[in-house]
Amino acid sequence: MPHIELEAHLPGITGLLEYRKDTGEPIRVLTQIILRGPSTLTEAERELLATVVSHGNECRFCTTAHAATVDLLLGESETSERVKADIATAPVSEKMKALLTIAALTGKSGRLVTPEVIAKAKAEGATDLEIHDTVLIAALFSLYNRYVDGMATAMPEDNSYFNVLADRLVNHGYSRLPQGYDHLKKQNAKP
Amino acid sequence: MPHITLPPNVPGIRSLFVFRPDTGGALCDLAQTLLYNPHPTLSAGERETIAAYVSNLNTCKYCTNSHAAIARHQLGEQAGIVKQVLADPETAPVSDKLKALLKIAARVQSGGKNVTEDDVALARAEGATDIEIHDTVLIAAAFCMYNRYVDGLATWQPEDGELYDKMGELRAREGYHNSSSTQLIT
Repeated sequence: MPHIELEAHLPGITGLLEYRKDTGEPIRVLTQIILRGPSTLTEAERELLATVVSHGNECRFCTTAHAATVDLLLGESETSERVKADIATAPVSEKMKALLTIAALTGKSGRLVTPEVIAKAKAEGATDLEIHDTVLIAALFSLYNRYVDGMATAMPEDNSYFNVLADRLVNHGYSRLPQGYDHLKKQNAKP
Repeated sequence: MPHITLPPNVPGIRSLFVFRPDTGGALCDLAQTLLYNPHPTLSAGERETIAAYVSNLNTCKYCTNSHAAIARHQLGEQAGIVKQVLADPETAPVSDKLKALLKIAARVQSGGKNVTEDDVALARAEGATDIEIHDTVLIAAAFCMYNRYVDGLATWQPEDGELYDKMGELRAREGYHNSSSTQLIT
């Protein structure tokens, strides 16, 4: 049960972003820019960075949501599964392995990001902007994971919630829905 | 040396705001809303103290020094509590409510799942409201982001205590949207 009263039909992060909309808005704007704005990293690659950090922080809600988003973007679930299991042997480019490693280290502590892991990423072709964005995505999900778990938000009753969420994150992005989220009350209701 | 090419002589997170202004704008907006704007909850000085405390637990020197300085300028006559909270919140001369909230902040810093129902119950027993508990968790979570951003890119973090004091005075007076702190360096 959440530590404070949140809307029951909004599990995970959404209930928090709706609880205090004035702090929710800049968090949403930042996420939309960094995960959906123009970038030399694909949306799936950026969602993989979010997934690996959430997985490292053992945040079930965020890991499930962003892995589902990766899977929808790629049309398969092997990549997200194998990145979570072992970055080194996952079916991604050497550059992505280096960036995923930087993200995983940042998720633990910024101080763990060494000149060596940065040099490795640059040797594999990562640009300054890609390294910057990787660290910022990892830092942002360090916020999200702690926010979601620190408030003890609920997991959805039904795992199909994540399919609906992934579809929204792929087709709409991270901005607040203009109509809000009351329509989810019906979707979540027991038949 | 920073891990990427950043503008010289601009310290900490400000150098990252210059590097990428669009994400910087959103990060400033969050700090302004969460820490500075009047809010029917903790005072700005209390919120900045939580930010400095979490930054210190994350051993992020730039954020600790900056937010400790802002907290001192926000707190005025009570500026002395900042140093004592950083050293040990239990023995610092702050309210039992703030002590309970600082304990929650420390739990969030070590991992969101570490916040227990007992921690929250203690804060409530000392008079903390839902929104104060929420804001404490979000401030602690946000500084786990800001600290990682600043340290993960190895930004320049000056040693000069007077510099942080000037930045603290500026932020306490004008908030986070004034970027003239870069001029304090040159």
